[in-house]
Amino acid sequence: MPSTPHLEFERDLVEIQEKIESLLDLAEKKGIDVAIELRELRSKLTRLQEDTFQNLSAIEQVQVARHPRRPYTLDYLVRTFTDWMELHGDRAFRDDAAMVGGWARLEGSPVMVLGHQKGRDMKDNLHRNFGMPHPEGYRKALRLMRMAEKFGRPVITLIDTPGAYPGIGAEKRGQAEAIATNLREMARLQVPTISVVIGEGGSGGALALGVTDRILMLEHSVYSVISPEGCAAILWRSAEYRDQAAAALKLTSRDLLRLGVVDEVIGEPPGGAHSDWKATADALRVALVGHLEDLKGMEAQERRQKRWGKFEALGAWVDGEMAGPGRTGPLKA
Amino acid sequence: MAWFRKEKTPLRADDRRDLPSDVFDKCEGCGEILYRDKLAQNLRVCPKCGYHFRVPVAVYLEIFSDPGTFQELDREVRSADPLNFVDLKPYRARLNAAQKKTGRGDAVVTGVATLEGIPISLGVMDFAFIGGSMGSVVGEKIARLGRRSADDNRPLILVSASGGARMMEGIYSLMQMAKTATMLARLHEAGIPFISVLTDPTTGGVTASFAMLGDVNLAEPGALVGFAGPRVIEETIKQELPEGFQRSEFLLEHGMVDLVVDRRALRETTVRLLRLLLAAAPGDG
Repeated sequence: MPSTPHLEFERDLVEIQEKIESLLDLAEKKGIDVAIELRELRSKLTRLQEDTFQNLSAIEQVQVARHPRRPYTLDYLVRTFTDWMELHGDRAFRDDAAMVGGWARLEGSPVMVLGHQKGRDMKDNLHRNFGMPHPEGYRKALRLMRMAEKFGRPVITLIDTPGAYPGIGAEKRGQAEAIATNLREMARLQVPTISVVIGEGGSGGALALGVTDRILMLEHSVYSVISPEGCAAILWRSAEYRDQAAAALKLTSRDLLRLGVVDEVIGEPPGGAHSDWKATADALRVALVGHLEDLKGMEAQERRQKRWGKFEALGAWVDGEMAGPGRTGPLKA
Repeated sequence: MAWFRKEKTPLRADDRRDLPSDVFDKCEGCGEILYRDKLAQNLRVCPKCGYHFRVPVAVYLEIFSDPGTFQELDREVRSADPLNFVDLKPYRARLNAAQKKTGRGDAVVTGVATLEGIPISLGVMDFAFIGGSMGSVVGEKIARLGRRSADDNRPLILVSASGGARMMEGIYSLMQMAKTATMLARLHEAGIPFISVLTDPTTGGVTASFAMLGDVNLAEPGALVGFAGPRVIEETIKQELPEGFQRSEFLLEHGMVDLVVDRRALRETTVRLLRLLLAAAPGDG
């Protein structure tokens, strides 16, 4: 039995990986030449990975997006970026560990990075509240965005949350107000802004970091108005219908590109982001640098007009004779 | 030894099953039996205990506009069912049923009017239309109304009643939060007042976008207003919620609304506010 945490459909992959590891182990200990067997196993692994990850169902995409080994915000902060300096607190109530933020450098240039942070194990998750921020998390994010505005630095947000936390304290301290204010204030920022869905884009709690000039998604991340489980429980009256709900919600990166919500899908390694953190972090850097260069080439007013235009066009409605899925531009493949 | 005693069961209001339902309503607050006509004259506020019944859109149109001045906009905008969404029923069938039931295209009515002579933009949500949920049509109509406010320099009044985002429109329904908030960014920078009126119930994506962003947030007494619905919270924390949780008075106590206003005073309060906010409003000193 493979020991690393994995998904049901990854079982065969993990077995091959473990064979490779034991072969390497053998080679090292006994000095046997295993080059041929290794090459064979590795190409078999890549083929199987491609096969598996190119043909995921919607609910399997959701599972990959929630994979326990998937890189989280802090994992990218030390790989995609350099000179990471975390800053804490909303200056009003407390520091929310489900939301992290601070300065970092992207190819040498200072940027403000904000993101939801999940925990790796139970203890870590209790500290991080499973990546579900309270209002003070969103207010910390807003404080740091305003700092970026003051110093004219771009804002980059990494989205990875099941949603904003639904609890008594969260309601008392105005979860709805905190999210709403972020939406409006992100729309108003003068500096270039990019959001990237790196895992789970869960509803309003995700969108509160998502009103940006560009919206990018990692290939196997998802972005949705409600979780498939929540949707199934309400519309199908049973959470057992989550597969159907996941498919119906059109929440994969490919769906969102087609719907004109996402500007670019960043490809993941053949076995998903969790199979190769470094390669994923590098791909993220390349995408961010490209979009940032593009955005820096515009005047602040032009950028903001385009940002407003993008969000004001989203939706699909019919107005008498004028039909209009109001998309932002030509459809991308 | 109790054979001679008469069984005493006090006559309670809710035991009387033969109430003609088209003449009377029972107050959900105090159980008082009320004449429907009298109740309507009182804007469906219980004269005994002040309980606010939910009321149809027409009542708010009347409260917030001078007689005969409301002109509806964008009546014909309809959802395009972008995902061809089917759960136990097709979304199209749900839309058709809601349109038939309410006589409306979707869950918000928008238009322009005057209020004590002040030109305003007014939007009222209809909870009877798929729980007042916000999809592309609600978002688009509110965004257009906001742009009209900016173009004509009219204060914006939005009366909310909603269960949240219209999940049958998937990501587009989520994006309506960003769309309406972007519109409010425009109004904010143009210095145009936005008064948000929260009615029972307002939760989810509507609360977490435009409904909480009023320059002034007014809430009707006893209205349920929150981000997450009470059931979701109970399931998450595995506890019963305290009495009065997420009601208007709770929001006032925790600083989330400016005023809790009796429905019968909404008009007067709003007019006073607008005259305080606007540089030169008609009828201002």
